[in-house]
Amino acid sequence: MHISNGIIDGPVAAIFAALALAALTACVLRGRRDLDDRLAPMAGLVAAFIFAVQMLNFPIFTAGVSGHLLGGALAAMLVGPWVGALCVAVVLVVQALIFGDGGVAMLGLNITNMALLGTAAAYALIALLLRVLPRTRAGLAVTAFVAATLSVVVASQGFVLEYWLGGTTDLGNNLGGLAGTMAGVHLLIGIGEGLITATTVLTVAKVRPDLVYALRSLRAPAAPAVPVAGGAR
Amino acid sequence: MKNRSWAFLAGGLLVALLLAGVVSNYASSHPDGLDSSLLKGCTVDADDNIVGGTCPAQQARDHELADSPLADYGVRGVRNSFVSTGLSGVLGVLVTFAIGAGGFWLLRRRGGTPTDADAATPTEGDPATSGDVRRRADAAS
Repeated sequence: MHISNGIIDGPVAAIFAALALAALTACVLRGRRDLDDRLAPMAGLVAAFIFAVQMLNFPIFTAGVSGHLLGGALAAMLVGPWVGALCVAVVLVVQALIFGDGGVAMLGLNITNMALLGTAAAYALIALLLRVLPRTRAGLAVTAFVAATLSVVVASQGFVLEYWLGGTTDLGNNLGGLAGTMAGVHLLIGIGEGLITATTVLTVAKVRPDLVYALRSLRAPAAPAVPVAGGAR
Repeated sequence: MKNRSWAFLAGGLLVALLLAGVVSNYASSHPDGLDSSLLKGCTVDADDNIVGGTCPAQQARDHELADSPLADYGVRGVRNSFVSTGLSGVLGVLVTFAIGAGGFWLLRRRGGTPTDADAATPTEGDPATSGDVRRRADAAS
């Protein structure tokens, strides 16, 4: 979902760059509370893993269209929303500055959609679903799947908002058409995102449940193993 | 950090390196959901190049760093596309991990909280840095 140069005009891109910078600063300030000696290297791994999986474009049912993981839900699940947004932002910066993926001038827009909106939407859903769903592996899987799927749709609508503000082609009042196309195709991509996220989270939860941020912070009373593991949370 | 955490990190990195270094060659090369949505109104040939019509994607401009040695997930000068893609993926994973882990390590919360395991040892009289040195020693062991 990386925006290329020229798709959104310069002033709007600049405004979103400033917004993204402010939001990432807030993530640094708030995320530091979560970042301890154990979470810091784990967050680096989450960023590296998201970079790797973002390379794996998978086909969706619509012919000739692919999608790839965005990673916001996965990051929110494993390292929390604040550090998670920073993880996705690190990936986007590396992609823009080294791999020519997503315009450098568009970086603020891309960070807004994928790192900020995607992660925030995912974490809101994770916090809600972990509280209402049964505390089982199935509940965790459904939480990861639904949060990831919908977070992709939310991120895609971030682009539609940006296009409404500064799109370089006059759609002739057909913004709704773009919104519908984007939502539809990203619902399908979101299913892929959901499957990858649920699989990864279940795997980590099986091997090292203490490394799943969402389980530590949102299910604390039901996880007696956490204090023993020496968590500082 | 405990040995188990190091093992988890190493295992996770290995998986990421395999995905980016090998599996990435089997990724779909079709435009993604955003790019394909912006192609609406245009007709494209089998290689997804625009051959007619009007659509938002026609406004796309070249990337500022299109000449980067790793642009478009390939290593310039490496002819074998499998190796080129895989090598760029491996480099990307390592660079992302280095920046991520290094940056987060520098940002991390220092000085123990009361629940920290090593906060039990008195550090009040020590300058903050000595705690860091000790933590690094712990991490290295």
